[in-house]
Amino acid sequence: MFDGLRKGLSEALKRLRGRGRLSEANIAEALEEIRKVLLDADVNFSVAEVFIDRVKQNAVGQEVLRSLDPGEQIVKIVYDELVSLMGPVDSSIPFAKDRPTVIMLCGLQGQGKTTTAGKLALTLKQAGKRPLLVAADLQRPAAIEQLKVLGEQIGVPVYYEMPEEGKTVPSAVPVCLNGLALARRTMADVVIFDTAGRLHVAEMPMEELKQIDRQAKPDQVYLVCDAMTGQDAVNSAKTFNEALELNGVILTKLDGDARGGAALSIKEVTRVPIKFIGVGEKLDRLEEFRPESMAQRILGQGDIMSLVEKVSRVQSELTQEELEKQQKKLQEGDFNLNDFRKQFEQIRKMGSLKDLMGSMPGMADMIPEGEDPEKAFTRIQGMIDSMTKKERQNPDLLDQNRRRRVAAGSGAQPQDVKQFLGQFEQVRGLMRSMAKMSIWERIKMMTGMSKMGAFLPGAKIKTKGDTGHRKTPKERAKERKDKKKRR
Amino acid sequence: MFRSLMEKLKQGLAKTRNLFAGVASLFRLKGRVDGEFLKELEKKLFLADVGTAATSSLIERVRQAYMDKEVGVDVEAFVKTHLASLLEGAESRVLKTGLESPTVILIAGVNGSGKTTSIAKLAYFLNKQGKTVLVGACDTFRAAAIDQLAIWCDRIGVELVKGQPGGDPASVAHDTCEKAKAKKVEFVILDTAGRLHTQNHLMRELEKIHRVAGKVVPGSPHEVLLVLDGTTGQNAIMQAENFQKAVHCTGIILTKLDGTAKGGAIFSIKQRLNIPVKFIGVGEKLDDLEPFDPEAYVAALFS
Repeated sequence: MFDGLRKGLSEALKRLRGRGRLSEANIAEALEEIRKVLLDADVNFSVAEVFIDRVKQNAVGQEVLRSLDPGEQIVKIVYDELVSLMGPVDSSIPFAKDRPTVIMLCGLQGQGKTTTAGKLALTLKQAGKRPLLVAADLQRPAAIEQLKVLGEQIGVPVYYEMPEEGKTVPSAVPVCLNGLALARRTMADVVIFDTAGRLHVAEMPMEELKQIDRQAKPDQVYLVCDAMTGQDAVNSAKTFNEALELNGVILTKLDGDARGGAALSIKEVTRVPIKFIGVGEKLDRLEEFRPESMAQRILGQGDIMSLVEKVSRVQSELTQEELEKQQKKLQEGDFNLNDFRKQFEQIRKMGSLKDLMGSMPGMADMIPEGEDPEKAFTRIQGMIDSMTKKERQNPDLLDQNRRRRVAAGSGAQPQDVKQFLGQFEQVRGLMRSMAKMSIWERIKMMTGMSKMGAFLPGAKIKTKGDTGHRKTPKERAKERKDKKKRR
Repeated sequence: MFRSLMEKLKQGLAKTRNLFAGVASLFRLKGRVDGEFLKELEKKLFLADVGTAATSSLIERVRQAYMDKEVGVDVEAFVKTHLASLLEGAESRVLKTGLESPTVILIAGVNGSGKTTSIAKLAYFLNKQGKTVLVGACDTFRAAAIDQLAIWCDRIGVELVKGQPGGDPASVAHDTCEKAKAKKVEFVILDTAGRLHTQNHLMRELEKIHRVAGKVVPGSPHEVLLVLDGTTGQNAIMQAENFQKAVHCTGIILTKLDGTAKGGAIFSIKQRLNIPVKFIGVGEKLDDLEPFDPEAYVAALFS
């Protein structure tokens, strides 16, 4: 959804990685990157400036945590700022008890108002309501027709009044009032007005919309806004908000690759919460807006936040004793398949493996094309389960005969078992070095290097090779050149 | 003729001009070109959706050429020339026509960019020049899209080939082209359903329409016009890129320029993909479609 922004920020923060400490200078560079990313994501210029300022204020003055690198610290600050900028969100719609609840949708032309009206009606209908759609867009040719067809598709009644051919377009106010009266008669409990849109906010029939607002007294007024909108998003949102006092915003067309900076801008400028998002033209997708997931996606550091949270949650589930035991084992280099199996389960507790793949930068690259990570992991688990207690404790025991047995037991090929054991050996070495690190460094390592990917078929952990002789300057130059090329 | 065009453009871009008037007034400032001045210029360009790439290249050039020099007309002229040059290109801005009739124009774009309205305007534009036009309603997906187009065609007085709602759009394209050949119509305009450029299956569908048109009328479609919403921000570049990949766009119709929208993304699109803007939509009336002229565009921005 927000892949573009995500990629850009990752790019910006990659440069921060590996820096020893948070200096004013390297924040400035990163902030400039973030600013550019925000602008390229169509965040309003002024909003971006304010955003950067806030992040700067929060970042300077903050102590450099020894166990975190500056990049991670900035990610956290930017993430928190994004969440607080876009949240909090309450996606519930307050319903009146004694009369139909009236929802009015407004927005510029082509933002997806009519489609959104249909989606909203369907969402409400599925929640057990009895919605009525009112076609209050008398301006656009065939807008009424479009709503009628949509209503038929989702089985929601549509109230409309066809303007007479050749006459001036009548006011939509009586249409809304008549629709409301019909709702009362037919016991519909939610009425949705699909109002007219104009290409630009200056030409909006604001008077008519205000009339509807005054006379039909909608309980909720929502602005429908296209997520692809650029700098102009702020202007129209502001004007609509001033005229109608919006209760919420529905952001549409988020199934595309729009970076959706408009979400940030509109919220910041109008203080009106984004309630729903529209993903897809089919009539079933109106989703609740979630600033956290949005911010996480924006941040793109593959969900480091949630990863850190998940890891600490899982860690707290482990008893202190067990932790100490593991720590000791690791230090002695006594990490065996039993421990591996245990860790494995802990990782699985953290959520779907597929999600985890996404949350570990670089990990996705290691999955062979078309291979389901879930399956690969299950296969490995099967192999471990087919081993005897002794074998698990001491993998070195596994000779050819035993490997064959394990393979047969787990439905794998003997060479798969061998390959896995080879990879495990490498990870064991890794674990030994990890034992000397703090828990933060370990997370960093895991997220940064994704050695878990080593367990997928075909993957190999690259170790620094020994060439056996001292290279001549010529050879070294060639090597450098090759490296550059590969990049 | 040219005068009236300029007037229209100026009117349509009035608000755009107001925005760029900020740039103009910036040039009236007394003093030297310094960081502050460049920052202000940058802000104006960003607010016009010009985007980071085009903006930073312009800022860099101004910095190199005019840093510490007096702010004045030459800086203004420099900025104007540079902006216009970004939109310049050797390719013709008039519609390409086939050697034989009909000339097929395929219209594509994302949802809500203003395709159907632009088609109506284009049909009106051609009709007014005495050309015969046949419109094909290949948007069989959106509820009532066919009706909307039918209402427009009725008003203009051009014929429309309709398909069934939910039917195969390529078959409508086929029928339209066949009918145009039989009736010796000069221009065929094919409307297509709005599609987000990220929806692969829909992009394949568009390719199919393109292919089918080429089968019926060899060498067609002669023009593939991408309709871009002028209020869209940097995503416009992604749109152009993806539509370019699928159906090789020959031009752009930039719509909704009558508001405060600036459509600044066209600079990057021209630079990166070399797709020229051929028409601009400057209003909601039928005759509010103008052939695009970069000099006039930039001039109108600054006048």
